[in-house]
Amino acid sequence: MQERTMAATEIARQAGEGARGVPLSGHVGFDSMPDQLVNKSVNHGFCFNILCVGETGLGKSTLMDTLFNTKFEGEPTQHNQPGVQLKSNTYELQESNVRLKLTVVNTVGFGDQINKEDSYKSIVEFIDTQFEAYLQEELKIKRTLHSYHDTRIHACLYFIAPTGHSLKSLDLVTMKKLDSKVNIIPIIAKSDAISKSELAKFKIKITSELVSNGVQIYQFPTDDETVAEINSTMNGHLPFAVVGSTEEVKIGNKMVRARQYPWGTVQVENENHCDFVKLREMLIRVNMEDLREQTHTRHYELYRRCKLEEMGFKDTDPDSKPFSLQETYEAKRNEFMGELQKKEEEMRQMFVQRVKEKEAELKEAEKELHEKFDRLKKLHQDEKKKLEDKKKALDDELNGFKQKKTAAELLQAQNQQAGSSATLKKDKERKNNPWLCTE
Amino acid sequence: MIERPDSAVSSVARNLEGYVGFANLPNQVYRKSVKRGFEFTLMVVGESGLGKSTLINSLFLTDLYSKDYPGPSQRIKKTVQVEQSKVLIKEGGVQLTLTIVDTPGFGDAVDNSNCWQPVINYIDSKFEDFLNAESRVNRRQMPDNRVHCCLYFIAPSGHGLKPLDIEFMKRLHDKVNVIPLIAKADTLTPEECQLFKKQIMKEIQEHKIKIYEFPDTEDDEDSKLIRKIKEKMPLAVVGSNVVIEVNGRKVRGRQYPWGVAEVENGEHCDFTVLRNMLIRTHMQDLKDVTNNVHYENYRSKKLAAVTCNGVDATKNKGQLTKSPLAQMEEERREHVMKMKKMETEMEQVFEMKVKEKKQKLKDSEAELERRHEQMKKNLEAQYKELEEKRRQFEEERNNWESQQRILEQQKLDSSKTMEKNKKKGKIF
Repeated sequence: MQERTMAATEIARQAGEGARGVPLSGHVGFDSMPDQLVNKSVNHGFCFNILCVGETGLGKSTLMDTLFNTKFEGEPTQHNQPGVQLKSNTYELQESNVRLKLTVVNTVGFGDQINKEDSYKSIVEFIDTQFEAYLQEELKIKRTLHSYHDTRIHACLYFIAPTGHSLKSLDLVTMKKLDSKVNIIPIIAKSDAISKSELAKFKIKITSELVSNGVQIYQFPTDDETVAEINSTMNGHLPFAVVGSTEEVKIGNKMVRARQYPWGTVQVENENHCDFVKLREMLIRVNMEDLREQTHTRHYELYRRCKLEEMGFKDTDPDSKPFSLQETYEAKRNEFMGELQKKEEEMRQMFVQRVKEKEAELKEAEKELHEKFDRLKKLHQDEKKKLEDKKKALDDELNGFKQKKTAAELLQAQNQQAGSSATLKKDKERKNNPWLCTE
Repeated sequence: MIERPDSAVSSVARNLEGYVGFANLPNQVYRKSVKRGFEFTLMVVGESGLGKSTLINSLFLTDLYSKDYPGPSQRIKKTVQVEQSKVLIKEGGVQLTLTIVDTPGFGDAVDNSNCWQPVINYIDSKFEDFLNAESRVNRRQMPDNRVHCCLYFIAPSGHGLKPLDIEFMKRLHDKVNVIPLIAKADTLTPEECQLFKKQIMKEIQEHKIKIYEFPDTEDDEDSKLIRKIKEKMPLAVVGSNVVIEVNGRKVRGRQYPWGVAEVENGEHCDFTVLRNMLIRTHMQDLKDVTNNVHYENYRSKKLAAVTCNGVDATKNKGQLTKSPLAQMEEERREHVMKMKKMETEMEQVFEMKVKEKKQKLKDSEAELERRHEQMKKNLEAQYKELEEKRRQFEEERNNWESQQRILEQQKLDSSKTMEKNKKKGKIF
């Protein structure tokens, strides 16, 4: 790869190390570049995602409605949620020729549980999921980043309960977990419950607690001269004490948004009454683009870096030479393939082993069977032999008897013959000699 | 254009009561972009002597190439080089880092085969740099040195495109925005120029060369303008480093005995059209097309090559919609499934074989048993037979013996009687 950039092509020297400045003798016209860029962005549309974190009942939905001058959907939530859930809604808003795709994410059930240890977890998970989705898209081979709907959270409004004393431990824990993942803008909710003097003390207490706990909240940028002044002033007013209201009250001859009490009316857009206008100014009118940029270049990059390092990607190999993307992927791939092959081998081996064992078993059984039958055969042979012997004995007896019998019969026949001849003789004698007594 | 997200979307754009303020967003974008500054890389390609350096100087109203920094045409090259010069120009508060990439020696040799290769290599190497920078774990601000536009200079022959022109544009139209220009257009009369343009466009279409196309706009005025520009393509330009006085005006032009060819006169040449299009209206679009189309093409080809190493090329194209890592995850899952399947299959075969063997064993055992039983029965039958035989024999023998005994008795008796009789007989 490196040869291609060096020897093979003849890329000669640049004209000077960096760029040299040259004067222009007339109007070229590239000062329209920002306009070209802006036109393109306007045509494409913008998108902005806000996450509202805070306990139930702190007026999160009302504040969103007030900020964007519209009634967003949703009903007030109950306090009996078993865990913290995040509900997000996307709206398409338009103001003059600017189209904004606004996503408002609400934490439902935050701070309602008895054990709040895991409250922050679902929030962190949600933020990470959006980062992950973007990362996946970015890593695809065929990707469409240009038309990707960016769901990463650009701003997190953290609603602090107007106790007037200090931050709750839940607040500190949650903000600490979120400050490296999202731009946190802490606001004091329902601040019409606090008097002006209490408010000042409250703000100081909150700021010092945040500092002492190392929580990094979002600072409005002061590097651009056009907005540096207003931003740095506003930074001093943090956290903003806000009041939200969608109801209108007639003050003088105008209808203004306000909350009406027996003792007076709190006007939302009156800067003496609350910091709502400041919040709107900072969040929407001045720094929306910066919030988006920070999310992309800082928070997302941090997530991406951690994720890639987790997966074993490095920028340089052990010799500190930079890896090219191809090498990295190839190395990963080889490792991966090797792993798979190993697994396959292992399984095969295991089976070969089992087959061997089973074969031995069966052979044993076969052998036993044969032995058994050999024994039986032998027994059978013995029995047969016994039978044969018996048979033979019987035959012998039979023969003996037959002999005896024939002998006896022969004798008898002889006797008879003799007897009969004797009888004949006797008869003859008698005939000849009638004086012989006949038997 | 904008995809639907997962959460609920209200499809109708809401009308807001009262001013919210996000209409200010474009201003914020404007501010930030001015602060960041802009970059643009322009490549000029063409044979020597076509007036490339002069045109650049005319375009940017500066002496990019001057006595101190002589243009590439002043240096005679034997092989094609690719050289870049970077300048920083400011105007109206806007900073532009302009990189001009020149290709001295292009088309100047006798044998120009592959003279486009160094150009392609240069463009690819810039893409590669960007890809590597984008893929690092630790990413910093990535400078965009990719080539955003390539001005291709066509010699004003009046006839048509040369084979080299066609070949070059065909090879580069997938990698960079190509804008063809007719150089030194002051050697063509308007009629000749018209014919020449027609001929060139015809050949470009015939060879399916994709030159840079202007994006469609919804604005009617803009579309009219764009259509006018399209009719003039390819733009015929004239450049000049010299300022001449004409009718009291100071203009850039070329002085001839028969008159002055003004660079910025729309009737003399299309220079203003080029400048307006290139710089004043479409510079951003050129960058966007480079980023969204040409770079993405390069990137997806590159990454596809990496992940599809050793993978069957006939696998479905759906693989390309994932990142290489997701690809590996999916392959891993596939592999696990494959292994599971293999495992169950092997198990099945194993079990089956074992069952077979066992059955065989059982069968032969049964067979042997049966035979054994058979033989036993046989033996028993024979025993019985024998017993029967013996019994018969014994019976017979006993009968005979008892018979014999009777006979014997009789004999005895008779002999006794005979004796008696004999005795008696004798007495007589």
